[in-house]
Amino acid sequence: MDPASQLPMLLGLAWLAPLASFLAILFFGPRMGSHGRNAAWVATAAIVTSLVLSLAAFVTWLGVHPVQAAAHGGHAAAHASDHADAAAAEQDDAGAHADAAVHGGHAEVPAHYAGDWYTLYEGGRLRLSIGWYVDALTVLMFVVVTFIATCIHVYASGYMHDELHDVTDHEVHLAGGGHLHRPGRFPRFFQALSLFCFSMLGIVIAGNLAMVFIFWELVGICSWFLIGFYYERTSASTAANKAFIVNRVGDFGMLIGLMALWGALGTLQFADAQVAGPDGSVVTTPGLFSLVRPAAGGHALQVPDGMVTFAAADEVARIAADHAGNPADAASEVASRISDWRAIGLGHWLLVVAGLGIFCGCVGKSAQFPLFVWLPDAMEGPTPVSALVHSATMVAAGVYLVGRFFPVLTPEVLLVIAYAGAITLFIAATIALVANDIKRVLAYSTVSQLGYMMLALGVGGWVAGLFHLVTHAFFKSLLFLCSGSVIHACHTNDMRKMGGLARVMPYTAGTMLVGCLAIIGAGVPFVIGLSGYYSKDSILAQALCFSQANPRHAILFWAVAGGAFLTAFYMFRLWFMTFAGQPRDHHIADHAHESPNVMVTPLVTLAVLAVVAGWTLPGGFGIANLLEQARPAGTAEGFAAAGITIPAEHLSHGEPFHTIATWTAFGTALAGVLLAAAMYVWRSISPAAVAAVFRPLYAFLAGRWYFDELYDALFVKPVLGIASLASGVDRGIIDRIIDGVAWTARQLAGIDAWIDRTLVDGLVNATANATWNAGLELKKLQTGRLRQYVMFIVVGTVALYVLASMLLSSSLAG
Amino acid sequence: MQPSLSPLVASLLTEPVGVTHYLVVGAILFTAGVACMAVKRNALGVLMGIELVLNGANVNFVAFASPYLQAEGGKSLGLDGQAIALFVILLAAAEAAVALAITLNFYNNHATVDVDRADDLKG
Repeated sequence: MDPASQLPMLLGLAWLAPLASFLAILFFGPRMGSHGRNAAWVATAAIVTSLVLSLAAFVTWLGVHPVQAAAHGGHAAAHASDHADAAAAEQDDAGAHADAAVHGGHAEVPAHYAGDWYTLYEGGRLRLSIGWYVDALTVLMFVVVTFIATCIHVYASGYMHDELHDVTDHEVHLAGGGHLHRPGRFPRFFQALSLFCFSMLGIVIAGNLAMVFIFWELVGICSWFLIGFYYERTSASTAANKAFIVNRVGDFGMLIGLMALWGALGTLQFADAQVAGPDGSVVTTPGLFSLVRPAAGGHALQVPDGMVTFAAADEVARIAADHAGNPADAASEVASRISDWRAIGLGHWLLVVAGLGIFCGCVGKSAQFPLFVWLPDAMEGPTPVSALVHSATMVAAGVYLVGRFFPVLTPEVLLVIAYAGAITLFIAATIALVANDIKRVLAYSTVSQLGYMMLALGVGGWVAGLFHLVTHAFFKSLLFLCSGSVIHACHTNDMRKMGGLARVMPYTAGTMLVGCLAIIGAGVPFVIGLSGYYSKDSILAQALCFSQANPRHAILFWAVAGGAFLTAFYMFRLWFMTFAGQPRDHHIADHAHESPNVMVTPLVTLAVLAVVAGWTLPGGFGIANLLEQARPAGTAEGFAAAGITIPAEHLSHGEPFHTIATWTAFGTALAGVLLAAAMYVWRSISPAAVAAVFRPLYAFLAGRWYFDELYDALFVKPVLGIASLASGVDRGIIDRIIDGVAWTARQLAGIDAWIDRTLVDGLVNATANATWNAGLELKKLQTGRLRQYVMFIVVGTVALYVLASMLLSSSLAG
Repeated sequence: MQPSLSPLVASLLTEPVGVTHYLVVGAILFTAGVACMAVKRNALGVLMGIELVLNGANVNFVAFASPYLQAEGGKSLGLDGQAIALFVILLAAAEAAVALAITLNFYNNHATVDVDRADDLKG
């Protein structure tokens, strides 16, 4: 079957399956068995469906684009060329589809398929669509995300069993002194989990930045639901709000980046798109990648024409005025001037703004300095959520987008990314050294590892960064699920109360040891290692390569090497404090137990993958080589600008970088483990004594560098101050005025009412009373005495007669 | 009063019988009827007073209608006066029938014919 139509179909269905599960649980969740017990099955079935479809897509991809060993040196490009040509031939045989494009014409464009399912809006230059961009990275990410999500779904169906009946939340203290008693929310959890997976897969498959942004925000709202799952706890609802608001800050930058791209280039598509022109012919509109790295220029980075003319708007207007009568001349003159303008740097800033803007969004989502503060607080969510957020979904989205957007990033932006990553990895690693909450250590470790990925991407290690993203997804989800298992057994997060748990929880301890070894990059140098060994070595090698090319930025390499040492120390500090030695709290140790099979099975599965994910099979099959297929055009060779040289990545695989990097990684990791062992197993160094010697430093780290306090003072307090000022103005002035107006109106109404009641009503009542009284008086005439009536008649008649005669006589006389 | 009345009375006694004498008789009858109605407490007495009043009027009608009583060149009402008198008699009969029926009914309800007791509809 034609892969150009089969891959989008498979991945599209894999993407939509969790949405179906979300809708089903949303509408019928509470009716799925008692307390929605079966919602777990629905969600798990959906994600397993996604996994199966993703694997099918993976196999399809491998069938068309077999993974081969990428030789060091210039051969990688040649291989990529072969693949692309093969893909193009395949495409031609199958008959070219208008909605899928395989670019085989140029040597370096990676094999990919792109197209649109549905156009949301089309007007003017704006075209928003739901589309796909499928390359090796997309397929790999689908498998990783759905696989980890499957493990987490299975694990969560055991972990969340408390929610199957009414829950008494001991962390919520009610005003009456009791604890909150609430119904379980089992279906709600799986509903949000499904939406989360759907959103993440939407980012991965997205064919344009607008769609990325839509699902970006969906991921944000899902994280809000899940971090705030125990929303009655103040800490949880605050953490959810914090995560959401901090992400908003980054998304604001991302919006600016989107505006810069769309305003200057008029498209947000990644790949070239073939759309029907006004006269019905098929027109190829270039996507972002080919605009920034046009094939004509050998895929070298250049400022797109749109940005150049945008920046030279004054010149363009002047030319248009000179050729007022002939727009065609004006257009041709503008076109002829573009290269001159580009040469003097016009429009370059716009490309930098676009890159920095998009990176801003990634800083928020991937918890980079300075927006990393939300991630540790996100531990308030249930542990399976932490595992998902920290490995395959939310934080991966940022790194993924930087990777996807890589061809558009200029060296300046990449340098910013590298430094952001370096600062992040160093700060987070130092905080993790002194944290005592098991989940917080892992959270800071995640932040630190994300810093690694960003740094790797920033120094040009495209494969290294994304390779680490994939391997990290496996071992970090493993570590989180292990920590969840420990918390499940101990009912506490505090490592100071643990210890000696290896005896009672052998599977958890063993798998967590695998996770720790993987994250520190353990391995036998040059022979074999766990997954982290390969990805971390490639990051180190690339950082070293970059440092050699740019001696001014050598600190980046030292940050990576130092970070590796710190990683090894805090990970093994965690493991030793939790599992080794004698129990510190016998009450907890006695009640601890191994978790049920439904929780242990995902641990073992993930542990196996944490070991093997980095391996390259003898045939050349491996994740790194698979990623090599998706390497953006023009980035294999390295490039330089503004005094920054981004070295070609294949250089780092060669000598001497590879050797130095491997020994550095091995040495730092070993040193870290030994130091941790010395402090927490052999007790030759007392941690308390060290803390006492470096008391200010210890307090500084334990206070998490006081970032929360700093932001509180810099942003939260001023905002709250302004808010209270505004509310003071509102209450003190505006409300006063309104109240005064209301009071005046009320007084006027009182006067009006008095007039109405006294004068108007009085007049009416007086008339009525007079009539009534007259009636009463006249009633007396009706005596009912017949003889009296006769007398009245007589007297009346006589009176009339007398009156008439008097009048008559007087008138006659007159 | 006496000086102004006495010539009228004197003329009546000296003049031949004319309309004026009949009018005097009618007025006496009428006044007597009215007095009877005013003073009698018995409903039947009142009815009798009514008869007197009606017939006092009748005398006047007949007197005005008679050609014999007219002065020379005077004009009488002709037969109209007699016709009206006949109507009045007829009406009196009908009225008497109705009034007697009312009286009888009143007696049945109140066991009396005293008109002073018939004050149920007083205001």
